[in-house]
Amino acid sequence: MYNPFSLENKKILVTGASSGIGKAIAIESSKLGASVIITGRSEERLKDTLELMSGNPSYIVADLSVKEDLIRLTKDTEALDGLVNCAGLTKVLPFQFAARDNYEEVMDVNFFAPVELTRLLVKSKKLVKGASVVFISSVSGVFCSAVAASIYSASKGAVNGVVKGMALDLAAKNIRVNCVNPGMIDTNIFSEGKITEEQLSEDMKRYPLKRYGKPEEVAYAVVYLLSEASSWVTGTNLLIDGGYTLL
Amino acid sequence: MDLDNFVTNFSDQFEDTDVLEFSPTTEFKNLDEWSSLLALSIIAMVDEEYGVTLKGDDIKEANTIEELYNIVSTKK
Repeated sequence: MYNPFSLENKKILVTGASSGIGKAIAIESSKLGASVIITGRSEERLKDTLELMSGNPSYIVADLSVKEDLIRLTKDTEALDGLVNCAGLTKVLPFQFAARDNYEEVMDVNFFAPVELTRLLVKSKKLVKGASVVFISSVSGVFCSAVAASIYSASKGAVNGVVKGMALDLAAKNIRVNCVNPGMIDTNIFSEGKITEEQLSEDMKRYPLKRYGKPEEVAYAVVYLLSEASSWVTGTNLLIDGGYTLL
Repeated sequence: MDLDNFVTNFSDQFEDTDVLEFSPTTEFKNLDEWSSLLALSIIAMVDEEYGVTLKGDDIKEANTIEELYNIVSTKK
């Protein structure tokens, strides 16, 4: 069947696959034919994701903020056609309360871990020629920000910057590097409860399409960037925000 | 923990509201300056000063500064 968006015969590693956007990407990529390796901190939750996936997926338990885990993950991973860096977190703090250690906690997971993982995979030639690397950035820190989101914005802005540099340097190896920039997606990213359900449903009304996005709706964009359909696309930001940044 | 000190820490988060407006019985969500950012600033202040992690719903439940103080006290 004619399908330039197919992921058949592609080996793809997805980080942060035990929940939210990463989980949806793992599931959708597997359904489109990719052989997917998922990674995350909790074996139990990775197994839950695995049950929802097609094909012959596998998992590697790793905490990407631990150097030894990064090295082991790089070593245990086969040659990859795709890498999706999804693991991420947020810390909601008004700017005057956001101290250096708060930034470090978020930067470690959202910026340093995926950048270092990608670097190690490139260096050990685990990303084949023609491979595609996708980072989950955000509208926040690239196109706009939100109340008490300076830490998160800084980390996603940093991702946006490094992607452009990486895209340029890795073009020589024919490895493409891109970002997707989702607006608010229905995940448990605010599970700590500083933001109330009421505030979230009020915020939802500010989206021209009148709802938050679904994890699959980000996954489809990632599928495009992983597939041959995007083979001349590198260093870009793919905005998926229900029209949020139009206003 | 003392209530007067809590009221002072609470009022410190505001810029435009007269400090005399703040007392234990102040219904803080009726203040003109109240906003979602201030709610998050109060949560961050309580964490920093009292080591207590409040949720947005705790702020929602409290009407007066004293009621919020009582919530913080029970969590301490």
